[in-house]
Amino acid sequence: MTPTLPNIVLAPVSGAVPAWRAEADAAHWRAACEHVAQAGGRLAALWASDERARGTGYRVCALLVVHEGLVCLELRVPQDAPVYPDLAALFPAAGRMQRAAFDLVGVRALRPEGDVPDPRPWLRHGAWPEDAFPLRRDFEAAGTFPTELDRYRFVKVEGEGVHEIPVGPVHAGTIEPGHFRFSIVGEKLLRLEERLGYKHKGIEKRFTALSLEDGARLAGRISGDSTVAYAWAYAMALEGITGAQPSARALGLRALLLERERVANHLGDLGYLGNDCALAFGFAQFWRMKEDLLRANQALFGHRYLMDRIVPGGVRCDVDAAGAKRLVGEALRLKDELRAMRSIYYNHAGLQDRCITTGRLTPRNAARLGVVGLAARASGHAMDARAHPGFAPYDRFSPKVASHRNGDVAARIVVRFEEAFESLRLQRVILEQLADGPRQVPLGAAPEGAFGLGWVEGWRGEVIVALEAGADGRTRRCHPHDPSWQNWPALEHAVIGNIVPDFPLINKSFNLSYSGQDL
Amino acid sequence: MYRLLKQIAKVGIVTEAAPAPDASLRAIAQRLDDVVLKHFGRALAIRHVDAGSCNGCELEIHALNSPYYNLEGLGIKFVASPRHADLLLVTGPVARNMEEALRRTYDATPEPKLVVAIGDCGCDGGVFGESYASRGRVANVIPVDVAVPGCPPSPAAILQGILTAVDACRAG
Ligand code: SF4
Repeated sequence: MTPTLPNIVLAPVSGAVPAWRAEADAAHWRAACEHVAQAGGRLAALWASDERARGTGYRVCALLVVHEGLVCLELRVPQDAPVYPDLAALFPAAGRMQRAAFDLVGVRALRPEGDVPDPRPWLRHGAWPEDAFPLRRDFEAAGTFPTELDRYRFVKVEGEGVHEIPVGPVHAGTIEPGHFRFSIVGEKLLRLEERLGYKHKGIEKRFTALSLEDGARLAGRISGDSTVAYAWAYAMALEGITGAQPSARALGLRALLLERERVANHLGDLGYLGNDCALAFGFAQFWRMKEDLLRANQALFGHRYLMDRIVPGGVRCDVDAAGAKRLVGEALRLKDELRAMRSIYYNHAGLQDRCITTGRLTPRNAARLGVVGLAARASGHAMDARAHPGFAPYDRFSPKVASHRNGDVAARIVVRFEEAFESLRLQRVILEQLADGPRQVPLGAAPEGAFGLGWVEGWRGEVIVALEAGADGRTRRCHPHDPSWQNWPALEHAVIGNIVPDFPLINKSFNLSYSGQDL
Repeated sequence: MYRLLKQIAKVGIVTEAAPAPDASLRAIAQRLDDVVLKHFGRALAIRHVDAGSCNGCELEIHALNSPYYNLEGLGIKFVASPRHADLLLVTGPVARNMEEALRRTYDATPEPKLVVAIGDCGCDGGVFGESYASRGRVANVIPVDVAVPGCPPSPAAILQGILTAVDACRAG
């Protein structure tokens, strides 16, 4: 059913997920967003593009999630006055996305009072000048500039006995780079300010140099730990554009791979979370299970992390009867082992002590910040795109959505356990019901200007790809969106009032992607 | 506690000298162990620097720490500061926003300053290539001793790369 928005006429976007789009002027665009915010909807993504070659200035797209599905609201932004209404007052998650849109395209969000909510750059650290915008079409991808001095202004916290600890971008340990600035009193965290963007490597610009088909490989490398989710979301968007319908078998295999990615990541996280609570035993057990699963991936699908197995039109792997038997056996064994581990984790006094009430994200804050995925489910919001709106083949499996109300580290551990169990069950059901059919179908033509959306619930949360075809099968614009955009600001909230030594544990319990949001 | 012991007993020791998929690992591990001991007389200290990866290569570095690979047993440890590192393990193409941090880390590392670049990205920029935001391969920014291809390279290949770097340094 088509959602209704005041003064907006929505047109369907064809593809595997329910989605609509419409163009609106600034007042109606803002009013429609407000309507969605008040009705309990949320902002999934925001990006800008350069449409000057079409004579329509720039464009800002707000992708909203309403009950019925996705709504992409597009706003024309005049070339000579590249400003548009701020959405951060409605959806706090918009703040960083709007800053990124300025860094890359040069369009500014303005508050009704006429000021810029936060004029600081987000992805631009000095690798290109303030008046150059990489995603404008006349910006040469290969262009380089002398590095400018990076003078980022962190927010100062004043007060007696307040100390600042800057950490990063290079961290101790194998973690992606980012900067954390802690303001502390004694051992207590008063405030955390994150600064990201260190891994910005020009992914969105790179897409525009690739054909639509070649973009799939790049999409699978936006956040390596979610390569399956990205590859699927990208394929979904391109299949929407070309009208291709992957076979039931290909869809089943995709879901199988996505669930394997989910289990692998949850196992790894559960191991590290135990490790951070001085339960080295937990680390050893979970990483052994994970390594077994990765090796089975290599043996059966040809890649430990399943990169490039999902391709537009279908999949590039298959399972025969022997493979299916092995996978079912593995799922049953893992279920037993996980049960044993769950009972150890849930009964381990030291672990409970460290995790209960630590790093709490309240259901209210989670809703206000528009948090998604695993973190949202651990804070009382049972959202999961596999269950609602549901996309094929999950509509046949009625996946159970895990959730918890406490929003602390312990809740995020519980949700991981529950999801891993459900994921193992799903793998068995998928394998039992695997239909016959071709692995891949031809894509068909991609008319210039055609638009497609992909929306997949990865292990961390929803991964979204918005794709627009250019001339001759090329990519005009691709915006891949990681759930970490929404969830990084939530980490800043979750740490408040905790002690400094608990930060690594809290951070790990969210386990957000840097590369996925730095692009 | 009883459950914990039961699980340990049930699983036993999984560290393997020769996992089936990587028959070469046994030889690599043995050589690495010998070379590290001979050359350093103590554990080889490694500092990992992510200069802009997709985080796929990190997954394999994490996997190296799983009980299957028994890194510590091979005389390898990961250290928190470049000042204590013999070798830098660098992943990713070098993002322009990480260029300076990578250079600084390299400068802070004492001799012999071995550098192993990990993954197709570290070798030649991979899918990201060179652009306004990416400097491409690691060798465009700091000297590299060994580059390990793969997307991502397997734990065994990463170990092989480390061994090659240490070996070359000993010979040189
Ligand atoms: S080599 Fe592959 S896995 Fe490693 S950082 Fe590059 S794209 Fe990611």
